[in-house]
Amino acid sequence: MKLYNISFNNLWRRKGKLVFLVFGLVIGIATIVTLLSITESMSMDIEERLDKFGANIVMTPKNENLPLSYGGISLGVVNYTVTEFDETSLADIKTIKNSRNLGIIAPKVLGPISLRGRDVLLMGVDFKKERKLKAFWQFKGKFPVRPDEIAIGSQVASAFKLATRDTLLISNRVYTISGILLETGSSEDSVILVDLHEGQKILGKEGKITMVEVAAFCRGCPITEMTLQLAEKFPNARITTMKQAVMSKMQSIDMVKSFGLGVTVLVICIGVLLVFTTMMGSVNERTREIGIFRAIGFRRGHVMQIILLEAMIVGLLAGLIGFFGGSGIALSALPFVVKGGTFAGPNGLIGGISILASISLSLVASLYPAIKASRLDPSEALRSI
Amino acid sequence: MTIEHLIQVENIRKEYLWGSSTIPAIKNMDFVIDDGEFISIIGQSGSGKSTLLSILGGLNHPTKGQVFIDTLDVYELTSEQRADFRSEYIGIVFQSFQLIPYLTVLENIMLPMVITNGKTAEKRNKGMAVLDKVGLANKADRLPDQLSGGEQERVAIARAIVNKPPILLADEPTGSLDTGTAEEVMELLKQLNDSGQTIIMVTHNPEMCRYSHRTINVKDGEC
Repeated sequence: MKLYNISFNNLWRRKGKLVFLVFGLVIGIATIVTLLSITESMSMDIEERLDKFGANIVMTPKNENLPLSYGGISLGVVNYTVTEFDETSLADIKTIKNSRNLGIIAPKVLGPISLRGRDVLLMGVDFKKERKLKAFWQFKGKFPVRPDEIAIGSQVASAFKLATRDTLLISNRVYTISGILLETGSSEDSVILVDLHEGQKILGKEGKITMVEVAAFCRGCPITEMTLQLAEKFPNARITTMKQAVMSKMQSIDMVKSFGLGVTVLVICIGVLLVFTTMMGSVNERTREIGIFRAIGFRRGHVMQIILLEAMIVGLLAGLIGFFGGSGIALSALPFVVKGGTFAGPNGLIGGISILASISLSLVASLYPAIKASRLDPSEALRSI
Repeated sequence: MTIEHLIQVENIRKEYLWGSSTIPAIKNMDFVIDDGEFISIIGQSGSGKSTLLSILGGLNHPTKGQVFIDTLDVYELTSEQRADFRSEYIGIVFQSFQLIPYLTVLENIMLPMVITNGKTAEKRNKGMAVLDKVGLANKADRLPDQLSGGEQERVAIARAIVNKPPILLADEPTGSLDTGTAEEVMELLKQLNDSGQTIIMVTHNPEMCRYSHRTINVKDGEC
């Protein structure tokens, strides 16, 4: 028989007290596991959307623009120089150090055209790459495939009363509208999408590219470093990361996390206090028993070990129950928190941390009671018999 | 000063603080006990006999005087050293058995062996042997509250002797037992003494003193 047998038997045969001890810590551990699991899934959801649904790096030529505004009224900009990329230079994008993180590279040529007396923005794109990049686009009709096909934004369609299979004469060439982009709420609603080389011809910008959208595989990729690498390759380009765009979403997640952590810390403190008071009560109840241990020859260290072993068992149980309980709650709650979100599954790292944290907290809470128990004078303890 | 006896008690005094005054539980005691003796310490309630027993057990530092056990001045040792000393030299049968309620009979008996070296299987065999000696081998897996008073007392005795300590201290071993059961327990103690165990027993029942070689009468803190 060992000391842990005493600890284990005491807890096992006083199950009510064990449940009470474990309960306090389980609530705290389950709360933190739920919070971390949900925020992890939320972050993964955003990253997945980033990966699947759009560019996260945009390259545009550096323009020396002087914004012109007075009294809060914008009067436009004065362009000193406008430069565009050579299409041939785009190959340099794939020579950066982190090129393996590059996914889709989607070049575009942009410019205004006159259509039935009105100016409309024409955007020449590589149809295949653009379709992959903008997988979230929804069309009435279908996405253009052939060079003589085009797609138009919803605002263009309503402004010119156009429908699918209509034809447009642009720069003496006839194009068929294969699809109308359903409203996105962004600038694509007011563009005409044509094949890249058709667009270059129409705009008189053969071999030129106005901007490049790049989708990097960015779950954990060094996007800032990639931005610097691209800037080095293209000194005349302005490189913008979409990180800015999702920063507010990530900030929201961080705020939820911080608030949740604050609540969790409070819950854990209550749990620790519960363990402390229960252990103190237990030591007071077991004064006689501790007196017997000391009378038999147990040293102070042995008595402390018994109490702290009980704390470890309680912490381990609370950690395991809290982790699986919290994961279960996250699994149930996530569909309500993140629309279409999926639970990433029990995270081994979170599990390990929660168990270690639970054991540590239980030990900390039980330290003073253990010291008090070990210092009980056996003669005083036995006098209580 | 020569130490010639197993236990040598010299001029011990024990006072307890009660508010601003002190109460002497033991005023002055002086006696010796030899190896293999069976001693009864008898006295009225409050006479100081349980205090004396706790002093002999290295549990209660006397206010004055010395206690030598096997030539060792017990109260020159530190608290932790006395714990080790008790583990090796002293077996205690507590008043009202004092078995640990959440341990089985065998686990209670093995309790003194938790802190000693040795393999678990060997300790278990030792425990069973002692349990057999006190006639309770078939009750090894019972909990204390499933035993009668006499059985619990025998378990308490078994626990006290499992490590074969030279000295066995018994505090009112028959105090909560009926006459018949008390006689059985006393017979067991007598058998242990016959096999060489030194026993010091505290009792308030003069009837039980006939089992012992010698009686120390304690009255008002003196003997």
